[in-house]
Amino acid sequence: MGRKSYRFGQTGPRVPLAHCPKRLRWLPTVQECFRHEVEAKTGSLPTVNVGSKSTNIIGLTAPRRAASVMDVNRGDREKSVAMEDFWAMVLAGLKVWTYLIVALLMVPAMFGFSLGISETYMKILVKMLEWATLRIQTVNKEQQILKSSSFNGLVQRDDGSMEEELGELRRSRPKPPVGGDFTLSDCFYFYRRGIEDIVEDEVTQRFSSEELLSWNLLTRTNIDFQYISLKLTMVWGLGVFIRYCILAPLRIMLASIGLTWLVIGTTAVGFLPNWRLKSWLSEWVHVMCYRICARGLSCTIHYHNKENRPRKGGICVANHTSPIDVVILCNDGCYAMVGQSHGGLMGVLQRSMARSCPHIWFERADMKDRHLVTKRLRDHVNDKTKLPILIFPEGTCINNTSVMMFKKGSFEIGGTIYPVAIKYDPQFGDAFWNSAKYNMVSYLLRMMTSWAIVCNVWYLPAMHQQEGEDAVQFANRVKSVIAHQGGLVDLSWDGGLKRAKVKDTYKEAQQKKYSSMVVGGEEDRSSNGD
Amino acid sequence: MLLFCLSVEMGSTNSTLSKIPNVEELMQETGFTPAHIVRLYDRFEALDKEKTGHLRPQDFGAINRLAMNPIGDRIIGAFFSPGQETVDFHSFVRILAHFRPADKNRPKDPSMPEPVNNRTSKLKFAFQLYDQDKDGKISRAELLQVLRSMLEMQVTEEQLESIADRTIQEADLDKDDAISFEEFRKSLEKVNIDHKMSIRFLR
Repeated sequence: MGRKSYRFGQTGPRVPLAHCPKRLRWLPTVQECFRHEVEAKTGSLPTVNVGSKSTNIIGLTAPRRAASVMDVNRGDREKSVAMEDFWAMVLAGLKVWTYLIVALLMVPAMFGFSLGISETYMKILVKMLEWATLRIQTVNKEQQILKSSSFNGLVQRDDGSMEEELGELRRSRPKPPVGGDFTLSDCFYFYRRGIEDIVEDEVTQRFSSEELLSWNLLTRTNIDFQYISLKLTMVWGLGVFIRYCILAPLRIMLASIGLTWLVIGTTAVGFLPNWRLKSWLSEWVHVMCYRICARGLSCTIHYHNKENRPRKGGICVANHTSPIDVVILCNDGCYAMVGQSHGGLMGVLQRSMARSCPHIWFERADMKDRHLVTKRLRDHVNDKTKLPILIFPEGTCINNTSVMMFKKGSFEIGGTIYPVAIKYDPQFGDAFWNSAKYNMVSYLLRMMTSWAIVCNVWYLPAMHQQEGEDAVQFANRVKSVIAHQGGLVDLSWDGGLKRAKVKDTYKEAQQKKYSSMVVGGEEDRSSNGD
Repeated sequence: MLLFCLSVEMGSTNSTLSKIPNVEELMQETGFTPAHIVRLYDRFEALDKEKTGHLRPQDFGAINRLAMNPIGDRIIGAFFSPGQETVDFHSFVRILAHFRPADKNRPKDPSMPEPVNNRTSKLKFAFQLYDQDKDGKISRAELLQVLRSMLEMQVTEEQLESIADRTIQEADLDKDDAISFEEFRKSLEKVNIDHKMSIRFLR
């Protein structure tokens, strides 16, 4: 008898079982085809056992070798099916995740409205931090000597002046008629001041992070971290998990998306020839990407007095705390940046930004030539169609408790100055970049694993240089306005003192003061006596 | 990755204490609390810009207000033992311990060594700031040196000399034209040394 081929589900004259190749007879589909024969033989419905090692339907046992291979394949296929399912799930999850991000974070960022998610997040955060502070206080009640002033220091300084302190020392003895008013204990005042300055001084103190009186569940801000209670530690552990595993990857992704779009968008806009459309588009692209970056750092920014916002052809000056200041300010308006042109990733960013709207990037060699710098800035300012320049006159990052001396260079250009005060709320995350301690990458990592960055931005009314006022006085005037608005201490020290030395004139001033106490009286008397 | 995250998170506190050798001994000797030691260590590291583990006179010179102080150089010199050019963290803390306020509640235990921040130790420290050649007496020349650095160009040489003369005259009881430690101590007995030569550490 010739072999006839059969097909599944074929209708028509059935092929007898004997014609079916042996190795296929155990397949359930084959068995279905020959059901009638089986029924006829055994009088009952065959029970098919899929995947069993051997089947005894129709009295056949599958050849062993084939069974094991098929079985393994079946097992494999199941596993692979399971794996596929798993990957499909992961992919689906990622898709949902991406859509969520796009919908909830990026679209509002692009178009500038808010969905209220960050507000609820902040509320929850504030409640948790209050709870944590309460826990610490109840445990430490007997130990804690809470100073009411938020003093950021190690030593308590007497605010008495030289005259007061030395006067105290003199009170115990009558003034000698001749030989000056000097005692051996006068030196004590100077010794003490000297040692206080060695332990801590007003200037270098500004270059380390501000300390909080209460703990915000970030170990890095608590110097005296002690084990308080299990509950608190668990909450802290949970906080670490949330911050590192959930928030940080999300933020890194957002930040990279934001930066990539900035590069692509600005390059694309750079190809457009039309001027008005181009400037509008470039502003939109810049603001959108900075908004995404701000979401990437969980920034909550409150802008005040928006009517004083810097206008074209002006110069915007602000106090400097960290590189994030740029993101903060550019979320609400477009500025032309000034800076040194870098290589690498920053260079790519700089060049693409320069294509869409004019920024001012200097080569390293050019920065030494002050006239060149001033000339370029002046040209930019005088062109009223160009964006306002953003400058940080302190020249370096300060820890946001004070404002240091403004360098006079930006105030000599002669444009309208729009001062802006930026104050970060240290409760949620410390934004200060201590460039001596951390490099840029670890700084950004710290930023992305903080709870959030909350800051207030005040736009102050425009100021002009007045008649008879030189650049230094003008700079000091602007600085005190900014310090006053932001609640920062107005220091007259140069931010460059972080790296340089003080001049001798200060020392002479101290000597003069002291000598007037020792010898001054004598001179008066001698002149009177004449 | 986990370790890196932990290091970012934990900052420096507990790890700082473990970095300092013999920190227990130091705390007992000087009476500083662990928190103070950590703060001082941070300060030491901040001053030690080249991270050598030692401070040199130039590192102190970088402190601006100290440079303004008329006798700043002398104070810096007090940290360095004669012949030594560097000071390590232990010596740094030991010198600063002189300026801790006296522990009022400390029981007077004659067997234990004198604490470094009581009145006598403070006076000795101040005496050494005058007595640069460490011969136990403040000579006229040494006194003139101090006066000169405190007054520099504001007074004439005669005025300086008359001030020095008068001071020695008042304090010098055994008429050897120099002020010994006992005479120094006697002339300052009315002065509240603990108040004037202490700095109050917070926390």
